Amino acid sequence: MLRLPPFAYVAPSSVEEVVEALHTHGPDAMIVAGGTDLYPNMKRRQFEPKVLVGLANVPELRAIRGTPEAGLTVGAGATLREVSAHPVIQEHYYAVAKAAGLVSTTPLRNMGTIGGNLCVDPRCNYYDMPFPWRKAVGFCMKKDGDICLVAPGSPRCWALSSSDIAPVSLALEAKLRLIGPQGTRALEANDFYRDDGIEYLTKERDEILTEIQLPPAKGLRTTYWKLRRRGSFDFPILGVAAALTMDDGTVTRARLALGAVASRPEEVVEAREFLEGKEPTEADVHAVAEAAFELAKPLDNADGHFYWRKRMVRPYVQGALKELLRMGPPESWPREYN
Amino acid sequence: MAKRGLGKGRVKGESQDIWLRLMVNGRRCDVVAPVQKTLLEVLREDLGLTGTKHGCELGECGTCGILVNDLFVLSCLTLPVDIQGKEVTTVEGLAHNGKLHPLQQAFSELGAAQCGYCTPGFLMAAKALLDTDPSPTREAIQDGLSGNLCRCTGYLKIFEAVELAADRMGAERRKAATAPQVAP
Amino acid sequence: MTDFSVIGKPRGRVDGPAKVTGQAQFADDLHLPGMLFAKLLRSPVPHGRIKALDTSRAEALSGVVAVLTGKDLPEKYGILPVSQDEEALCTEKVRYVGDPIAAVAAVDEDTAERATELIALELEELPSYMTIEEALEKEGEPIETLRFGPNVHKAVSLEFGDVESAFAKADHTREDLFFYEGSTHLPMEQHAAVARWEPEGKVTLWSSTQTPHYVHRALAKVLGLPMNRIRVIATPVGGGFGGKSDPFNHEIVVAKLAIVTGKPVKLTLTREEVFYAHRGRHPTLMWVKTGVRKDGAITAMHFRSFLDGGAYGSYGVVSTYYTGALQTTTYKIPAYKFEGTRVYTNKPPCGPKRGHGTPQPRFAIEVHFEHLARELGMDPIDFRLKNLVEPFTYTANWLRITSCGLRECVEKVLEASGFRDKRGKLPEGRGVGFGLSAYMSGASLPVYWNDMPHSEVQLKVDRSGTVALFSGAIDIGQGSDQVLAATTAEVLGLEPEDIHLITADTDLTPIDLGSYSSRVTFMAGNAAIQAAERLRDQIAEAMAAKLDVPTDRVAFRNGRVMDAQRPEGGVSWEEACAVAEAAQGNLMSRGAYKPPELSGPYKGSGVGPSPAYSYSACVAEVTADPESGVVEVDKVWIAHDVGRSLNPTLVHGQVEGSVYMGLGEVLLEEQVFRHGLHKIPSMLEYKSPTTKDMPPIETILVETVDPEGPFGAKECGQGPLLPVIPAVANAVEDAIGARFHEIPITPEKVLSAMDKAARGEEPLIGPTSLPDYHLGEVLRVDPPDGKKVELFPMHEET
Repeated sequence: MLRLPPFAYVAPSSVEEVVEALHTHGPDAMIVAGGTDLYPNMKRRQFEPKVLVGLANVPELRAIRGTPEAGLTVGAGATLREVSAHPVIQEHYYAVAKAAGLVSTTPLRNMGTIGGNLCVDPRCNYYDMPFPWRKAVGFCMKKDGDICLVAPGSPRCWALSSSDIAPVSLALEAKLRLIGPQGTRALEANDFYRDDGIEYLTKERDEILTEIQLPPAKGLRTTYWKLRRRGSFDFPILGVAAALTMDDGTVTRARLALGAVASRPEEVVEAREFLEGKEPTEADVHAVAEAAFELAKPLDNADGHFYWRKRMVRPYVQGALKELLRMGPPESWPREYN
Repeated sequence: MAKRGLGKGRVKGESQDIWLRLMVNGRRCDVVAPVQKTLLEVLREDLGLTGTKHGCELGECGTCGILVNDLFVLSCLTLPVDIQGKEVTTVEGLAHNGKLHPLQQAFSELGAAQCGYCTPGFLMAAKALLDTDPSPTREAIQDGLSGNLCRCTGYLKIFEAVELAADRMGAERRKAATAPQVAP
Repeated sequence: MTDFSVIGKPRGRVDGPAKVTGQAQFADDLHLPGMLFAKLLRSPVPHGRIKALDTSRAEALSGVVAVLTGKDLPEKYGILPVSQDEEALCTEKVRYVGDPIAAVAAVDEDTAERATELIALELEELPSYMTIEEALEKEGEPIETLRFGPNVHKAVSLEFGDVESAFAKADHTREDLFFYEGSTHLPMEQHAAVARWEPEGKVTLWSSTQTPHYVHRALAKVLGLPMNRIRVIATPVGGGFGGKSDPFNHEIVVAKLAIVTGKPVKLTLTREEVFYAHRGRHPTLMWVKTGVRKDGAITAMHFRSFLDGGAYGSYGVVSTYYTGALQTTTYKIPAYKFEGTRVYTNKPPCGPKRGHGTPQPRFAIEVHFEHLARELGMDPIDFRLKNLVEPFTYTANWLRITSCGLRECVEKVLEASGFRDKRGKLPEGRGVGFGLSAYMSGASLPVYWNDMPHSEVQLKVDRSGTVALFSGAIDIGQGSDQVLAATTAEVLGLEPEDIHLITADTDLTPIDLGSYSSRVTFMAGNAAIQAAERLRDQIAEAMAAKLDVPTDRVAFRNGRVMDAQRPEGGVSWEEACAVAEAAQGNLMSRGAYKPPELSGPYKGSGVGPSPAYSYSACVAEVTADPESGVVEVDKVWIAHDVGRSLNPTLVHGQVEGSVYMGLGEVLLEEQVFRHGLHKIPSMLEYKSPTTKDMPPIETILVETVDPEGPFGAKECGQGPLLPVIPAVANAVEDAIGARFHEIPITPEKVLSAMDKAARGEEPLIGPTSLPDYHLGEVLRVDPPDGKKVELFPMHEET
């Protein structure tokens, strides 16, 4: 039986108390919400916090409020099940509902939170392994070692951003609200992430992600395409999130982001140039897909051959965009495999 | 000395033994255990409820699934301290008054349990599914059970068993609804 | 006798209620007072020499009760007498990452684990051999050198008939190379064992094992105790598939720790460790050449296999033979040559996984024949039908074929699937494929030489009329409990639930060799029928006297015993038992099954013979996306000749489970290594199909009523896996033209085939060469031409 290492557990009942606890315990403390990412990592001794700050008793974090007209605010503690089943999110922020509904499995969506998914520890199949295995292969720089086993000459860690919600938050230009000892701040989702497998968030250790603010939904069309080899359990080995704001047939705003191609979710900025201000053609869609293909640089540290994962970027971007642009019948789109 | 509940901050030190007050299968259970002991371990090792099995302890197989307030969750990733005051249901709590739950009956009849090791987890997932969707389509069953792995059956007998149980439970409900009302 | 009351009826299992209520006690569910917990220190390198091992810091840790090293258990063991190459704890060398070196027993698991980390271990790394080619060609200190050369565990070369002149008679020949990647059983239950030292100077072991008898023997050997001081109890096995058929180091270690500490000790493997225990599918490289006449008749076949055995022998000698033995059980091959080589590599040992050594050649042959038939201008199905083996014949390698429903299986599965209307006619990206196979209903020889029965059953009746059935067979999910209860109940006119089972306890139950080689229904079933008939006859004799009718007029039906001509009369089963006990004393009986002597007149003939072969034919329909490379199976049709379906519910379950496992192997699952380590030892990364990945399956049962099977039954738990893999590979070719001579068929390989096609090359994915290894002298054997098939039915009624 794999067991959790000992820790002290504090169960604050307000965000204020959470911040205080994080501040008090400093780097020894970690936040636990659903526990679906943190506990396995602790059992494999990838994380060894002395103190856990549990969010189970902080109901204010779970609220989903606002309107599609003004924008919706989703509490970071809302479970992935709650998010995927929320009628307003389903109708107006389809990509969010779909991505949340495709995370892992039914029980883990009942437990895991949207905030937890945004903060999911970047993954690597040299790292997400039990302690004896990591010891045998030689510890990597992400925990206990000093080299990257995927790219041994590299000075940095190449662990893979494996969140389904992260690319969606970029595409929607969601704002993330953080509360820390210095007060509250709101970040563009894009600024929440750093291109590093270890220091992958700009969040300070004593800050807590409290909510995700979704923009007004007028004219917004969104989708998320997830690639994985099985119909359940698996993390994305490619995620394509797209959000278009439409005015009649014209795209007024286009955002496309990729997940699971780097240590952070990556926006394909060319999508703005190729799609905005017009009624995009098939050639425009292909041009975006090509730009996305160039951007994606998967490595041999996740399921599926990295060459295949890269090749899948083209059809997935085309598929997601054609879906949003309603370009041709669905049978003519590339297929999604999840 | 075990401490009832937890503080809201400023806890120092390595590990805490805590006094847990759990509701399991309708019974109150008081347990003193280290806070890091998962519900899976407490059920099996402290409460002797070994019906809940485990296959990976990392949330990757669904074998240890149980219900917490009717929600299907994994006991290997649940801290008991977080679910105090909530209703925990394990496979031992499915049968009532010696009568098997229709899901148990159907699993047994249709050979949906071969080696039987994943069965408790599947039963709990199926119960959570039928509680919210009493007559699920085959696709809804595949979805509802998609957090559980089985290596024996190829799943088909499991799907059929859930369908059979759903049919029988539906028939029971209809029977109850049309039964003549008798004054108390 | 076809008027059965239990046999042939779909019904639940006798062990169902315990399994759906959580009451079935698996090994890890056992908790004994004062129990200690054990952990193993395992090798971090694939190949190395132990230079120093210091356990003093571990011993000093508070809570540690005992520490063992290889010195404490120096005796070597292994499942086969010819391969005694395993050590419970390594003494000099480690041979794979995960090879156990030391063991700790402590008051709890955490303490035991901390203690293993305090053991000071110094290893000298040796060159590692991670592939077949490396094992045969790389320089350096070998893992082991036996008489076949460095790193070669087994080499065999057999020729039946004059193959060279048979090839000369062929109008056409074709050669192909194939590779079948390794995969593992991934039972949901992690292996676990508990041992207790008994006050009378015995040790009891409870273990999740498919083979308690073989564990019993290995324990005696390694512990240096007589077998009568060891008791092995197999707990319900939470998934076996062959992966719990060897005696394991953790079983020996807990037994030794119980002896040393005097306390109960438990060891449950973590999921990572289950990947190290392994014994799964051998990665196998194959070459096949077949000669045919213009009319499609096969004149000769030459088959070569190279098996990647991993670090130890396990069942490997047998596995090697199995990659060659059963080719002849489906097709008439008048002249046949087989050369097999198994190498040692620095990976967890391979062994028997569902289908043991036969899915690999079955994949090769069924794909090879597609090409061969088309080159010949023949429809691949017609080609197969032309060459199908006939019932009640001998094969070139001396295998006795009895009942054989292969032709019926082929016809029925083709009809149900509409294969002939679909093949080559579905839209681009969709296709159908076909494959067929045979499998054994139990090996006719035991793992170690002896003259005794393979299965024995005892029955006894108490004053309640309860029939207690004692059998060494262990239910691993395949339904052996149900088979024992149902066959006994049928004979005695009772219900299966009336039979109380006591199984797999070496102190209490008579022999059953184990739940491997699909032997239990056939062998234990026959033993149970014999025991039940003998008990029935005793009661009939007493009741005949009471009813004043001839003995053969006493009938047993619906829990009553009566004059067959006056079925409304008679007495209850309990009363009849009382009459019989009064007349004869305690009511008990015994039955035993030993397979007939079926081995041919040559060395190596022990692998392959079985009292009966099951047959399967399969059609898979797939959608293959040339853009993504993803292959999805839309539906599987499978027809299986089970002899007689004792319980359709269970037979369907076995067939569906086999198809499922075959689909996992052909599309998803890989036991692969990187930097000398298992690449993905986790449930998440080892891609076992989920509920969302299962296509519908249509199962057709064919009943040939085998003359020697229990009520005519044959196996159904392994055979149906075999044709699934080539059926999918052939369907992919039908869909998109990509030829797979290698599995699993992963998306990047499909894309690679598509790229080849775009470049104008043959879209073939597979190996391109064989390693440079030459076998010794070939053993030439004359085929049993004209030998008459002799039958040995056990029970008149069947």
